[in-house]
Amino acid sequence: MVDQERLEFLRQKAQLVRKHIVQMVTEANSGHPGGSLSAADLLTALYFQVMRINPEKPDWPERDRFILSKGHASPVLYAVLAERGYFPVEELSTFRKINSRLQGHPDMKKLPGVEMSTGSLGQGLSVANGMALAGKLDNLDYRVYVLLGDGEIEEGQVWEAAMTSAHYKLDNLIAVVDYNGLQIDGPVSEVMNPGPLQEKWRAFGWHVFTIDGHDFKEILATLEAAREIKGKPVMIIANTIKGKGVSFMENKVEWHGTVPSKEQFEQAISDLS
Amino acid sequence: MAEKMATRDAYGDILAQLGEENEKIVVLDADLSKSTKTVVFAKKFPHRFFNMGIAEGDMLGTAAGLAAAGKIPFASTFAVFATGRAFDQIRNSIAYPRLNVKIAATHAGLTVGEDGGSHQAVEDIAIMRAIPGMVVIVPADGVSTKALVTAAVNYQGPVYIRLGRPAVPLLYKEDEEFVIGKAKELRDGKDFTIVAAGIMVAKALEAAEILAAEGIRTRVLDMHTIKPLDEEALERAARETGGIVTVEEHSVIGGLGSAVAEFVAETHPVPVIRVGIQDVFGESGKPDELLEKYGLTVEKIVEAVKRLKNNTAAGL
Repeated sequence: MVDQERLEFLRQKAQLVRKHIVQMVTEANSGHPGGSLSAADLLTALYFQVMRINPEKPDWPERDRFILSKGHASPVLYAVLAERGYFPVEELSTFRKINSRLQGHPDMKKLPGVEMSTGSLGQGLSVANGMALAGKLDNLDYRVYVLLGDGEIEEGQVWEAAMTSAHYKLDNLIAVVDYNGLQIDGPVSEVMNPGPLQEKWRAFGWHVFTIDGHDFKEILATLEAAREIKGKPVMIIANTIKGKGVSFMENKVEWHGTVPSKEQFEQAISDLS
Repeated sequence: MAEKMATRDAYGDILAQLGEENEKIVVLDADLSKSTKTVVFAKKFPHRFFNMGIAEGDMLGTAAGLAAAGKIPFASTFAVFATGRAFDQIRNSIAYPRLNVKIAATHAGLTVGEDGGSHQAVEDIAIMRAIPGMVVIVPADGVSTKALVTAAVNYQGPVYIRLGRPAVPLLYKEDEEFVIGKAKELRDGKDFTIVAAGIMVAKALEAAEILAAEGIRTRVLDMHTIKPLDEEALERAARETGGIVTVEEHSVIGGLGSAVAEFVAETHPVPVIRVGIQDVFGESGKPDELLEKYGLTVEKIVEAVKRLKNNTAAGL
């Protein structure tokens, strides 16, 4: 269990990550702030506390892997990778610009630390399964983490992959759904209700946890508990708030892929300070 | 009559053999392992074989993950499903990150036979060719299949290998060497060139024989790699023979014929006639009946070369 000091460090780090997100999207005049902000605490927990990684050796065979299956949330991944030392923080200002390593959606060929190129939704869990299978074949004890969007799981391939993870008993795989409840056209429950999530993933043979995706204590305790589950894959349904941390973005569907104005940017930074 | 072997059978055999030499090779199939012949590998190396069920998209995505972790995955299913059902996974999870996945698709073209048009890929080469960085290989016989599958293992990057269902004549000696992107000249000739791929290479050779008896000397190229094309051999064929007939068990749109026509039009323009499937789907029937009905015969190749000759003589 981590102490209060560490929890405070993680909270502050996540706020810094959120500031980067708002700044990147504003500077690029393009990008997806809402679903990046909702995942900031989850990624901060993974990259700063949980995952066995070494930014000096991004290709280390025994490293834990993270796949951002909801690739449009690239700002949160880039911010965390930069803060973790995979590349200079200053490079965040090149996001979505010509000749940048920080593509609109993550590109593993361009940026160290990106484990998989994503963007076309629904594909990350299959790829994570492949990495987990390879780990078992090679007797390496790394873990594969994958973050899915709640809208994303409307893609049929996710459920094909869900069968595969359970069929091959991939207990070295931990998936997280960023359940912020909103997708581009409205609430997920109205556009194409993917629920009931717990029951579905359980029926597909997964061990399911449901948590508050903004509570570091709960996130860390669950990720720890997840490692003890044997013989089946783990799904963590993380209840989150889209736009979390920025007052005018929270729970607002229009902030899926909208850019703040100058005034809104200042308001956002002040909210996060 | 030459000895016959289906390219899918050659694939199954060589894959199991390569599996012995290279531990990185893993194989995935989508419930068709008995048809694609990956079953041979599966029996020999059960822990390195993954049946993914009837879920082609998931299969190709999983292959991408295995490749990202250092494996050399071969993913097999019918060509129509590999390139249709799993196109997005091939494009975005394999080709875009340039992962080392080999897609070995069987039952391509009309010679699937009785299953009919829903199962006969006539556009798979066009689809795969259009993807940046994808290598596209269409072996003509069992020997070249084995050599080119081996070459694909030694090549770093995504490869699409198009294989067939029926037994076809063996054209090469067992020790013949093949290089990806380097066509085989099976017959020299100065009048015209027939550029063929896959099961049509054997028919092109027969056509050349008939034409020779009539005094028309045709060069025959086995263009086993559609991408990258052997531009050097094609440029030479255009320059030295002045006219090209392409032959493929695929739509005339986007396949070998298109690739050849595009290339010569920009480098050494000569007349090109494309023998292939004329922008239609197939149907049920015996493989030979289908090849006959859809114009993929020795006679049609001979006819095409003669048409080329008449056009050239008429200055067309």
